[in-house]
Amino acid sequence: MAYTYFPGCCMHGFARHCQDSLYAVFNALGLELRELKDWNCCGATSYIAVDEYQAFTLAARNLALAEQAGLEVVAPCNACFMVLKKAQDYLARYSNLRERIEAALARGGLQYSGTVQVRHPLEIVIEKIGIKALREKVKRPLKGWNVAPYYGCLLTRPYTLRNGMTLEAFDQLIPALGANLVDFELKDRCCGGSLTGTIEEVGDRLVYILLHEAKRHNADVLVTVCPLCQLNVETHQKQFIRRDREDVNIPVPYFTQLIGLALGIPEKDLGLDRLLVPLDRVLEEHPAELRAAA
Amino acid sequence: MNGNGNLRVGLYICHCGTNIAGTIDVKAVAAWGETLPGVVVSREYKYMCSDPGQQLIVDDVREQHLNRIVVASCSPLLHEQTFRGATAKAGLNPFFFHMVNVREHDSWVHEDKQAATEKAKDLIRAAVRRVAFHKPLEKKRVPIHPDVLIVGGGIAGIHAALTLANAGKHVYLVEREPTIGGHMAKFDKTFPTLDCAACILTPKMTAVKKHPNITLWTLSDVTQIEGYVGNFTVTVKRHPRYIIEDLCVGCLECIEACVYKQAKYPDEFNLGLGKRKPIYIPFPQAVPQLPVIDRETCIEFKSGRCKKTCVEVCGDRKAIDFKQQESTETINVGSVILATGFQVFDARRLPYYGYGKFPNVYTSLEAERLINAAGPTQGEVILRDGRKPKTVGILHCIGSRDENTNRWCSRVCCMYSLKLAHLIKEHTGAEIFNFYIDIRTPGKGFEEFYQRLLNEGVHFIRGKGAEINTWPLDPSEEGKLIIRVEDTLIGKIRRIPVDMVVLSVGLEPHADAGDVRRLFNISCSSEGWFLERHPKLAPVNTFTDGIFLAGCCQGPKDIPDSVAQAGAAAAESLALIDSKFVELEPNTAYILEEACSGCKTCIPLCPYSAISFVEAKKKAEINEALCKGCGTCVAACPSGSIRQNLFEDEEIFEEIKGVLAHA
Repeated sequence: MAYTYFPGCCMHGFARHCQDSLYAVFNALGLELRELKDWNCCGATSYIAVDEYQAFTLAARNLALAEQAGLEVVAPCNACFMVLKKAQDYLARYSNLRERIEAALARGGLQYSGTVQVRHPLEIVIEKIGIKALREKVKRPLKGWNVAPYYGCLLTRPYTLRNGMTLEAFDQLIPALGANLVDFELKDRCCGGSLTGTIEEVGDRLVYILLHEAKRHNADVLVTVCPLCQLNVETHQKQFIRRDREDVNIPVPYFTQLIGLALGIPEKDLGLDRLLVPLDRVLEEHPAELRAAA
Repeated sequence: MNGNGNLRVGLYICHCGTNIAGTIDVKAVAAWGETLPGVVVSREYKYMCSDPGQQLIVDDVREQHLNRIVVASCSPLLHEQTFRGATAKAGLNPFFFHMVNVREHDSWVHEDKQAATEKAKDLIRAAVRRVAFHKPLEKKRVPIHPDVLIVGGGIAGIHAALTLANAGKHVYLVEREPTIGGHMAKFDKTFPTLDCAACILTPKMTAVKKHPNITLWTLSDVTQIEGYVGNFTVTVKRHPRYIIEDLCVGCLECIEACVYKQAKYPDEFNLGLGKRKPIYIPFPQAVPQLPVIDRETCIEFKSGRCKKTCVEVCGDRKAIDFKQQESTETINVGSVILATGFQVFDARRLPYYGYGKFPNVYTSLEAERLINAAGPTQGEVILRDGRKPKTVGILHCIGSRDENTNRWCSRVCCMYSLKLAHLIKEHTGAEIFNFYIDIRTPGKGFEEFYQRLLNEGVHFIRGKGAEINTWPLDPSEEGKLIIRVEDTLIGKIRRIPVDMVVLSVGLEPHADAGDVRRLFNISCSSEGWFLERHPKLAPVNTFTDGIFLAGCCQGPKDIPDSVAQAGAAAAESLALIDSKFVELEPNTAYILEEACSGCKTCIPLCPYSAISFVEAKKKAEINEALCKGCGTCVAACPSGSIRQNLFEDEEIFEEIKGVLAHA
């Protein structure tokens, strides 16, 4: 099964470790990622807040390019995922906007007819591989790990998941990897997004609440599905520890890093060394065991 | 050219105050009207529907020997009958009249005065040419069956049934649950007077059962209705209760004797907060006072190997019948009152309020049962974990006034939330917080009740509750349900920790209201509430004659309004019955027998099953009483042998020519 891969700026920048693990896991699961040629910014955050037309034009250009390939598009960042879907929704709903954007695309020799399916890699893993098959592929069960799932706000808002999928169905990924599922009520909350850089007291508080609650539930790991969440929740830990003297230290791996570990993919291929809060302590306390070959 | 002798038309243009005259130059139209062939009198007048306006027609007919009348005014829905009446009063056949709608179709929808005036002229020219070909017609009179069907046995259906029965009319009351009483039977007290709901409702329920003029069918559904106003034939499906109604005396010993010593299954009447046995009575004062057997949970139905202790204790009465089958009743009635009620909003649709996830989040209806002395906790307000709540949050507008769910205001929630606040405080002494968008108390004694609650020290926080969560940020929040809300009076986001949450769920149309609507051939609003014929002047009528509405099936309302509406529906029904006959519009289709080839094309097309085939003559035949004048058969007949009164070919062609004759 092959997909068009839309990395977005994160995966090529600070989230290269996420991308490494995504490639490694998809490869191991027999899913092929073909990076979209000549892709551009998805149009998220700053753009969409300032000029929707320009933001949607950027998104539409990516969609137009992807349409030529004819494959489903995998967007591993929640912001890209949401903006691409939002652009599709607005193009379908508002003819004024559609006409302007179609004209802009035409000037670049492109056209978009609205057929692209935008998917999150987590959806693909759950739908195409399935929890049961994944459990069977696990070689190093994450035994004893308390893992809290954290999906961020944009995965299910404002657009709901396809085919009646729910976050509760996604939660089952964690026990499938052999870990303990932590009932994390804040799993679909905001990570602070760009507010951590613009209105810090608001953004930081949102991050703090996530960390505080994860710790309260004795989570060893907070697993994310979005590189932006990953960045926010990971990089802001130190200030709470320093300033408020509260131990909110908790590793925040991307979900394919966790799957990769459980599948027995070598750690160096999963970018674990790039995590600012390393998984080492968890690995030492709960050494993931190699399952006896069945 | 008209085939009706010497044509003398009277033409009247109504100002309708400024509704028409503000846009259309009525004086110019009247002057122009005089130039039309056949028009003898052409006038404009401020209000044609007024008595002097109608008198103009009467006088002109007498003095000027008019034989056709055209009035250009509002929609025929409003005043066609008025002007037909005036025409008849003047001594002409009322169908020698034709109405032109220059208000809804012209002045109200156009801004360009000159163009609107020209359009009025076109429409009037068409009418004058058409009316020349009108034939004298007679309205057919059909007797009205005096019996009435009422669908739904809540307070509205009960009240309508008793009103009609007391007036000596026979009523069939059909209810799909095992008991009548509806939602009101579940309430503890009623606002703002705090009367006990059961104390005022159950005597009326008993009166229904005892009344010689009421046939009560519970566990029953209406499955078919045919006919027309005054003469409906209705099919009712009666589901088995597995208890023979005539033999059971309601001693309820069978319930006691059931092999289940303890009640085990969720009790529907208490919304699952209590338990019942497979043989049960929904609540102690249920009417009819009969048990019912649930075949999903009864061992005899599941395995056929029960000791049947219930049958044993029933003994010689032999009132239990496991073999009881569904039965069908066919009845004839002249009118129908729909009182099918509402369902409460399913709070699970808004997952951020945690209903179904956090055990101590309740709906308002569940709270009613918790407070009720006959409820699952005998009126003690205790939480699912056995604790008594010390703090309670009541969140208003759950599934009301919400773009994401239901946009309408459910009207009763503010008041019932205040009532619940009062009762919970009375029962537990708890500190109570109400979270509201606006407090709406526009009823008799309602505002005074709100003031009373304020004086009782209940807290009111202006802001729609955003979510319920259980993640504490400080020790005071540990183990609590935390309500997050934007307090819009202080402009801050607040977190209020409580022990118990009550979600004030809104009212919405039943999930199957659409099926009921189609069954009875009535309209509904875009939200799904059944549509009244006129929001102000015909609030209990529907667009289908003989079918009336009462209670919440028409829209959210409280008990006094439901009862008032039920009374009105009963009165409308009585007025209809006592008029003895209905006059049927003569705009029906008829067959030119000599031209009918007997091809039967028309028969399956008729939506009202009004056409049959007469074997002896090999011709189709139309039942005038059933024909609604839709014209489908007229258009479909391959030999052109079906015609329709008031829509004759020459009438329509002249009308078209009149419009197209625009200079």
